[in-house]
Amino acid sequence: MSPTSLPDVLVTTEWVAKHATDSGVRIVEVDVDTTAYDQGHVPGAAGWNWTSQLCDTLVRDIVPKKTLEQLLGDTGIDNKTTIVLYGDNNNWFAAWAFWQLKIYGHQDVRLMDGGRKKWLAEGRDLSTDVPSFGKKTYTASEPDLSLRAFLPEVQEAMKRKSASMVDVRGPQEFTGEILAPPGLPETCQRGGHIPGAKNIPWGKNCNDDGTFKDVAELKAMYAAQGITADTPVIAYCRIGERSSLTWFVLKHLLGFDRVKNYDGSWTEWGNLVGAPVEKP
Amino acid sequence: MKPEDYSRRQQELAGWAISIETYKLGDVYHCSIANVDPGARFARADGSTREEAEARALEKAARYLAQTRRFGP
Repeated sequence: MSPTSLPDVLVTTEWVAKHATDSGVRIVEVDVDTTAYDQGHVPGAAGWNWTSQLCDTLVRDIVPKKTLEQLLGDTGIDNKTTIVLYGDNNNWFAAWAFWQLKIYGHQDVRLMDGGRKKWLAEGRDLSTDVPSFGKKTYTASEPDLSLRAFLPEVQEAMKRKSASMVDVRGPQEFTGEILAPPGLPETCQRGGHIPGAKNIPWGKNCNDDGTFKDVAELKAMYAAQGITADTPVIAYCRIGERSSLTWFVLKHLLGFDRVKNYDGSWTEWGNLVGAPVEKP
Repeated sequence: MKPEDYSRRQQELAGWAISIETYKLGDVYHCSIANVDPGARFARADGSTREEAEARALEKAARYLAQTRRFGP
Protein backbone atom coordinates (compact mmCIF):
# COMPACT_ATOMS: atom_id res chain seq x y z
CA MET A 1 0.00 0.00 0.00
CA SER A 2 1.42 3.42 -0.84
CA PRO A 3 2.62 5.40 2.19
CA THR A 4 0.49 8.39 1.23
CA SER A 5 -2.73 6.45 1.62
CA LEU A 6 -2.11 4.30 4.68
CA PRO A 7 -5.16 3.83 6.89
CA ASP A 8 -4.61 4.55 10.58
CA VAL A 9 -4.17 0.85 11.33
CA LEU A 10 -0.99 0.65 9.24
CA VAL A 11 2.43 2.24 9.60
CA THR A 12 5.38 2.09 7.24
CA THR A 13 8.78 0.60 8.03
CA GLU A 14 10.12 4.14 7.79
CA TRP A 15 7.68 5.31 10.48
CA VAL A 16 8.79 2.47 12.74
CA ALA A 17 12.47 3.31 12.21
CA LYS A 18 11.73 6.86 13.38
CA HIS A 19 9.33 6.14 16.24
CA ALA A 20 10.23 2.70 17.61
CA THR A 21 11.44 4.03 20.94
CA ASP A 22 9.04 6.95 21.35
CA SER A 23 7.28 7.07 24.68
CA GLY A 24 3.72 5.92 24.20
CA VAL A 25 4.72 3.59 21.35
CA ARG A 26 5.56 -0.09 21.70
CA ILE A 27 6.76 -2.22 18.80
CA VAL A 28 6.08 -5.94 19.17
CA GLU A 29 7.25 -8.78 16.91
CA VAL A 30 5.02 -11.85 16.63
CA ASP A 31 6.23 -14.62 14.33
CA VAL A 32 5.04 -17.96 13.03
CA ASP A 33 8.58 -19.18 13.61
CA THR A 34 8.94 -18.30 17.26
CA THR A 35 12.75 -18.24 16.99
CA ALA A 36 12.79 -15.49 14.35
CA TYR A 37 12.91 -12.74 16.97
CA ASP A 38 16.24 -14.13 18.21
CA GLN A 39 17.70 -13.85 14.70
CA GLY A 40 17.47 -10.07 14.97
CA HIS A 41 14.50 -7.75 15.44
CA VAL A 42 13.59 -4.09 15.22
CA PRO A 43 15.72 -2.36 17.88
CA GLY A 44 13.58 -1.79 20.96
CA ALA A 45 10.90 -4.27 19.91
CA ALA A 46 9.40 -6.77 22.31
CA GLY A 47 8.81 -10.34 21.16
CA TRP A 48 5.66 -12.32 21.87
CA ASN A 49 5.37 -16.06 21.37
CA TRP A 50 2.01 -17.00 19.88
CA THR A 51 2.25 -20.60 21.10
CA SER A 52 2.63 -19.70 24.75
CA GLN A 53 1.60 -16.06 25.24
CA LEU A 54 -1.25 -15.43 22.80
CA CYS A 55 -3.44 -18.40 23.55
CA ASP A 56 -4.83 -20.37 26.43
CA THR A 57 -2.19 -23.06 26.92
CA LEU A 58 -4.60 -25.53 28.54
CA VAL A 59 -7.89 -25.16 26.70
CA ARG A 60 -7.89 -24.43 22.96
CA ASP A 61 -8.89 -20.79 23.10
CA ILE A 62 -7.62 -17.25 22.62
CA VAL A 63 -5.53 -15.69 25.36
CA PRO A 64 -7.52 -15.29 28.60
CA LYS A 65 -8.23 -11.71 29.70
CA LYS A 66 -6.07 -11.84 32.82
CA THR A 67 -3.14 -13.38 30.93
CA LEU A 68 -3.34 -10.68 28.29
CA GLU A 69 -3.47 -7.95 30.91
CA GLN A 70 -0.34 -9.40 32.51
CA LEU A 71 1.47 -9.71 29.16
CA LEU A 72 0.67 -6.15 28.16
CA GLY A 73 1.61 -4.75 31.55
CA ASP A 74 4.92 -6.66 31.49
CA THR A 75 5.61 -5.27 28.02
CA GLY A 76 5.24 -1.73 29.35
CA ILE A 77 1.91 -1.22 27.64
CA ASP A 78 -1.05 0.60 29.14
CA ASN A 79 -4.44 1.33 27.67
CA LYS A 80 -3.19 4.44 25.88
CA THR A 81 -0.10 2.91 24.26
CA THR A 82 0.16 2.78 20.48
CA ILE A 83 1.00 -0.86 19.78
CA VAL A 84 2.67 -1.59 16.45
CA LEU A 85 2.81 -5.26 15.54
CA TYR A 86 4.90 -6.93 12.87
CA GLY A 87 6.17 -10.39 12.11
CA ASP A 88 7.24 -12.97 9.57
CA ASN A 89 5.07 -14.43 6.80
CA ASN A 90 3.69 -11.00 5.93
CA ASN A 91 2.34 -10.48 9.44
CA TRP A 92 0.30 -13.67 9.88
CA PHE A 93 0.63 -13.86 13.63
CA ALA A 94 0.98 -10.11 14.01
CA ALA A 95 -2.55 -10.01 12.57
CA TRP A 96 -3.54 -12.78 15.00
CA ALA A 97 -2.31 -10.56 17.89
CA PHE A 98 -4.07 -7.54 16.35
CA TRP A 99 -7.35 -9.47 16.21
CA GLN A 100 -7.07 -10.50 19.87
CA LEU A 101 -6.16 -6.98 20.98
CA LYS A 102 -9.28 -5.70 19.23
CA ILE A 103 -11.36 -8.44 20.87
CA TYR A 104 -10.14 -7.11 24.21
CA GLY A 105 -10.79 -3.51 23.21
CA HIS A 106 -7.33 -1.97 22.71
CA GLN A 107 -7.87 1.32 20.96
CA ASP A 108 -4.65 2.06 19.09
CA VAL A 109 -3.08 -0.99 17.52
CA ARG A 110 -1.47 -1.06 14.09
CA LEU A 111 0.48 -3.33 11.77
CA MET A 112 3.82 -2.45 10.21
CA ASP A 113 3.03 -2.74 6.51
CA GLY A 114 5.29 -5.36 4.92
CA GLY A 115 6.28 -6.91 8.23
CA ARG A 116 9.63 -8.49 8.93
CA LYS A 117 10.14 -9.35 5.26
CA LYS A 118 10.18 -5.71 4.15
CA TRP A 119 12.25 -4.55 7.12
CA LEU A 120 14.93 -7.13 6.27
CA ALA A 121 14.84 -6.51 2.54
CA GLU A 122 15.41 -2.82 3.17
CA GLY A 123 18.54 -3.61 5.19
CA ARG A 124 17.28 -1.77 8.25
CA ASP A 125 18.90 -2.09 11.67
CA LEU A 126 18.41 -5.28 13.63
CA SER A 127 19.14 -5.97 17.27
CA THR A 128 19.53 -9.17 19.24
CA ASP A 129 19.17 -7.35 22.57
CA VAL A 130 16.01 -8.14 24.49
CA PRO A 131 14.75 -4.84 25.90
CA SER A 132 13.28 -4.56 29.37
CA PHE A 133 10.27 -2.39 30.07
CA GLY A 134 8.89 -0.76 33.19
CA LYS A 135 5.75 -2.59 34.22
CA LYS A 136 2.44 -0.91 33.62
CA THR A 137 -1.12 -1.68 34.57
CA TYR A 138 -3.44 -2.74 31.80
CA THR A 139 -7.19 -3.23 32.05
CA ALA A 140 -8.73 -5.13 29.16
CA SER A 141 -12.38 -4.87 28.14
CA GLU A 142 -14.65 -7.87 28.19
CA PRO A 143 -14.16 -9.80 24.94
CA ASP A 144 -16.01 -8.48 21.89
CA LEU A 145 -17.21 -11.73 20.41
CA SER A 146 -18.73 -10.00 17.40
CA LEU A 147 -15.24 -10.39 15.90
CA ARG A 148 -15.09 -14.14 16.43
CA ALA A 149 -17.06 -17.04 14.97
CA PHE A 150 -17.58 -20.28 16.86
CA LEU A 151 -18.48 -23.63 15.34
CA PRO A 152 -22.29 -23.53 15.86
CA GLU A 153 -22.50 -20.18 14.10
CA VAL A 154 -20.40 -21.44 11.20
CA GLN A 155 -22.56 -24.56 10.88
CA GLU A 156 -25.70 -22.43 10.88
CA ALA A 157 -24.25 -20.01 8.36
CA MET A 158 -23.36 -22.89 6.08
CA LYS A 159 -26.85 -24.39 6.27
CA ARG A 160 -28.72 -21.12 5.83
CA LYS A 161 -26.16 -19.47 3.55
CA SER A 162 -26.43 -16.48 5.85
CA ALA A 163 -22.78 -15.49 5.58
CA SER A 164 -20.09 -15.56 2.93
CA MET A 165 -17.46 -18.10 3.89
CA VAL A 166 -13.92 -17.20 2.83
CA ASP A 167 -11.32 -19.97 2.95
CA VAL A 168 -7.97 -18.20 2.87
CA ARG A 169 -5.78 -21.32 2.62
CA GLY A 170 -3.83 -22.23 -0.49
CA PRO A 171 -5.61 -23.97 -3.39
CA GLN A 172 -4.07 -27.36 -2.57
CA GLU A 173 -5.43 -27.20 0.97
CA PHE A 174 -8.81 -26.00 -0.31
CA THR A 175 -9.15 -28.96 -2.66
CA GLY A 176 -7.95 -31.43 -0.05
CA GLU A 177 -4.81 -32.42 -1.98
CA ILE A 178 -2.83 -31.62 1.16
CA LEU A 179 -3.99 -31.34 4.77
CA ALA A 180 -1.53 -28.65 5.87
CA PRO A 181 0.98 -26.32 4.22
CA PRO A 182 4.08 -28.15 2.94
CA GLY A 183 6.55 -28.83 5.74
CA LEU A 184 4.07 -28.19 8.54
CA PRO A 185 2.39 -30.83 10.70
CA GLU A 186 -0.86 -32.33 9.52
CA THR A 187 -3.53 -31.71 12.08
CA CYS A 188 -6.78 -32.78 10.50
CA GLN A 189 -8.35 -36.03 9.43
CA ARG A 190 -10.08 -34.87 6.28
CA GLY A 191 -9.09 -32.50 3.49
CA GLY A 192 -11.33 -30.15 1.56
CA HIS A 193 -13.35 -27.12 2.56
CA ILE A 194 -16.59 -26.01 4.17
CA PRO A 195 -19.37 -26.37 1.59
CA GLY A 196 -20.02 -23.12 -0.19
CA ALA A 197 -16.76 -21.45 0.83
CA LYS A 198 -14.87 -19.30 -1.64
CA ASN A 199 -11.12 -19.81 -1.91
CA ILE A 200 -9.38 -16.46 -1.70
CA PRO A 201 -5.86 -17.22 -0.43
CA TRP A 202 -4.52 -14.73 2.09
CA GLY A 203 -1.52 -13.98 -0.15
CA LYS A 204 -3.78 -12.25 -2.66
CA ASN A 205 -4.05 -9.40 -0.14
CA CYS A 206 -0.35 -8.61 -0.44
CA ASN A 207 2.21 -7.26 -2.85
CA ASP A 208 5.52 -9.04 -3.45
CA ASP A 209 7.28 -6.84 -0.88
CA GLY A 210 4.83 -7.95 1.81
CA THR A 211 2.80 -4.73 1.92
CA PHE A 212 -0.95 -4.74 1.52
CA LYS A 213 -2.43 -3.99 -1.88
CA ASP A 214 -4.31 -0.75 -2.40
CA VAL A 215 -7.81 -0.59 -0.97
CA ALA A 216 -9.42 -0.18 -4.40
CA GLU A 217 -7.63 -3.25 -5.73
CA LEU A 218 -8.59 -5.29 -2.67
CA LYS A 219 -12.21 -4.18 -2.85
CA ALA A 220 -12.41 -5.15 -6.52
CA MET A 221 -10.79 -8.53 -5.88
CA TYR A 222 -13.28 -9.43 -3.15
CA ALA A 223 -16.25 -8.04 -5.05
CA ALA A 224 -15.31 -10.21 -8.03
CA GLN A 225 -15.78 -13.23 -5.73
CA GLY A 226 -19.07 -11.90 -4.38
CA ILE A 227 -17.59 -10.78 -1.07
CA THR A 228 -19.00 -7.38 -0.19
CA ALA A 229 -20.04 -5.45 2.90
CA ASP A 230 -23.69 -6.31 2.20
CA THR A 231 -23.38 -9.84 3.61
CA PRO A 232 -21.72 -11.02 6.83
CA VAL A 233 -18.36 -12.67 6.21
CA ILE A 234 -16.66 -15.50 8.08
CA ALA A 235 -12.98 -16.08 7.29
CA TYR A 236 -11.15 -19.27 8.14
CA CYS A 237 -7.89 -21.09 7.41
CA ARG A 238 -6.21 -23.96 9.27
CA ILE A 239 -5.66 -22.56 12.77
CA GLY A 240 -6.99 -19.01 12.48
CA GLU A 241 -3.91 -16.87 11.94
CA ARG A 242 -3.97 -16.51 8.14
CA SER A 243 -7.68 -15.78 8.41
CA SER A 244 -7.01 -13.07 10.98
CA LEU A 245 -4.96 -11.34 8.28
CA THR A 246 -7.92 -11.53 5.87
CA TRP A 247 -10.22 -10.43 8.72
CA PHE A 248 -7.92 -7.42 9.18
CA VAL A 249 -8.15 -6.56 5.49
CA LEU A 250 -11.93 -6.85 5.31
CA LYS A 251 -12.65 -5.16 8.63
CA HIS A 252 -9.98 -2.49 8.88
CA LEU A 253 -8.82 -1.75 5.33
CA LEU A 254 -12.11 -2.22 3.49
CA GLY A 255 -14.34 -1.21 6.39
CA PHE A 256 -16.76 -4.16 6.37
CA ASP A 257 -18.84 -4.09 9.56
CA ARG A 258 -19.77 -7.73 9.85
CA VAL A 259 -16.62 -9.82 9.56
CA LYS A 260 -15.67 -12.63 11.89
CA ASN A 261 -12.60 -14.80 12.18
CA TYR A 262 -13.38 -18.48 12.68
CA ASP A 263 -10.25 -19.44 14.59
CA GLY A 264 -11.35 -23.05 15.05
CA SER A 265 -10.83 -23.20 11.29
CA TRP A 266 -9.93 -26.38 9.43
CA THR A 267 -8.28 -28.06 12.41
CA GLU A 268 -11.73 -28.01 14.01
CA TRP A 269 -13.97 -28.59 11.00
CA GLY A 270 -11.70 -31.15 9.32
CA ASN A 271 -11.60 -33.25 12.49
CA LEU A 272 -15.29 -33.05 13.28
CA VAL A 273 -17.20 -36.32 13.03
CA GLY A 274 -19.99 -35.99 10.50
CA ALA A 275 -19.14 -32.48 9.31
CA PRO A 276 -19.91 -32.02 5.62
CA VAL A 277 -16.85 -31.45 3.44
CA GLU A 278 -16.73 -30.26 -0.13
CA LYS A 279 -14.01 -31.36 -2.56
CA PRO A 280 -12.63 -29.84 -4.66
CA MET B 1 23.55 -3.73 13.54
CA LYS B 2 22.76 -3.84 9.87
CA PRO B 3 22.00 -7.19 8.27
CA GLU B 4 24.58 -7.96 5.58
CA ASP B 5 24.71 -10.18 2.54
CA TYR B 6 20.90 -10.46 2.39
CA SER B 7 19.45 -12.75 -0.25
CA ARG B 8 16.10 -14.28 -1.06
CA ARG B 9 15.55 -16.86 -3.79
CA GLN B 10 13.16 -19.62 -4.79
CA GLN B 11 13.89 -23.20 -5.74
CA GLU B 12 12.25 -26.61 -5.69
CA LEU B 13 12.89 -29.09 -2.91
CA ALA B 14 11.34 -32.56 -2.73
CA GLY B 15 8.72 -31.49 -5.25
CA TRP B 16 7.69 -28.32 -3.45
CA ALA B 17 8.47 -24.69 -4.24
CA ILE B 18 10.35 -23.08 -1.39
CA SER B 19 11.94 -19.71 -0.71
CA ILE B 20 15.28 -19.36 1.02
CA GLU B 21 16.11 -16.20 2.93
CA THR B 22 19.63 -15.71 4.28
CA TYR B 23 21.45 -12.83 5.94
CA LYS B 24 24.42 -12.23 8.17
CA LEU B 25 24.05 -10.48 11.50
CA GLY B 26 27.28 -9.99 13.40
CA ASP B 27 29.29 -13.15 12.86
CA VAL B 28 26.34 -15.43 12.26
CA TYR B 29 24.52 -16.34 9.06
CA HIS B 30 20.80 -16.94 9.57
CA CYS B 31 18.84 -18.94 7.02
CA SER B 32 15.12 -19.58 7.00
CA ILE B 33 13.04 -21.57 4.57
CA ALA B 34 9.39 -21.04 3.73
CA ASN B 35 6.97 -22.81 1.44
CA VAL B 36 6.02 -20.54 -1.47
CA ASP B 37 2.37 -21.46 -1.08
CA PRO B 38 1.13 -20.43 1.41
CA GLY B 39 4.37 -18.72 2.46
CA ALA B 40 5.02 -20.16 5.92
CA ARG B 41 8.50 -20.41 7.42
CA PHE B 42 9.03 -23.98 8.50
CA ALA B 43 12.78 -24.53 8.81
CA ARG B 44 15.71 -22.42 9.88
CA ALA B 45 19.36 -22.80 10.83
CA ASP B 46 22.42 -20.74 11.63
CA GLY B 47 26.02 -21.12 10.52
CA SER B 48 29.34 -19.37 10.33
CA THR B 49 29.07 -19.21 6.54
CA ARG B 50 26.16 -18.81 4.12
CA GLU B 51 26.76 -22.31 2.76
CA GLU B 52 26.72 -23.87 6.20
CA ALA B 53 23.54 -22.11 7.32
CA GLU B 54 21.70 -22.92 4.09
CA ALA B 55 22.82 -26.55 4.00
CA ARG B 56 21.58 -27.07 7.55
CA ALA B 57 18.27 -25.37 6.89
CA LEU B 58 17.73 -27.26 3.64
CA GLU B 59 18.43 -30.57 5.35
CA LYS B 60 15.74 -29.82 7.94
CA ALA B 61 13.35 -28.58 5.28
CA ALA B 62 13.75 -31.75 3.23
CA ARG B 63 12.98 -33.83 6.30
CA TYR B 64 9.81 -31.87 7.08
CA LEU B 65 8.64 -31.83 3.48
CA ALA B 66 8.99 -35.59 3.25
CA GLN B 67 6.21 -35.84 5.83
CA THR B 68 3.73 -33.87 3.72
CA ARG B 69 1.42 -36.29 1.94
CA ARG B 70 -0.55 -35.59 -1.22
CA PHE B 71 -4.06 -37.00 -1.48
CA GLY B 72 -5.88 -37.82 -4.70
CA PRO B 73 -9.28 -36.41 -5.60
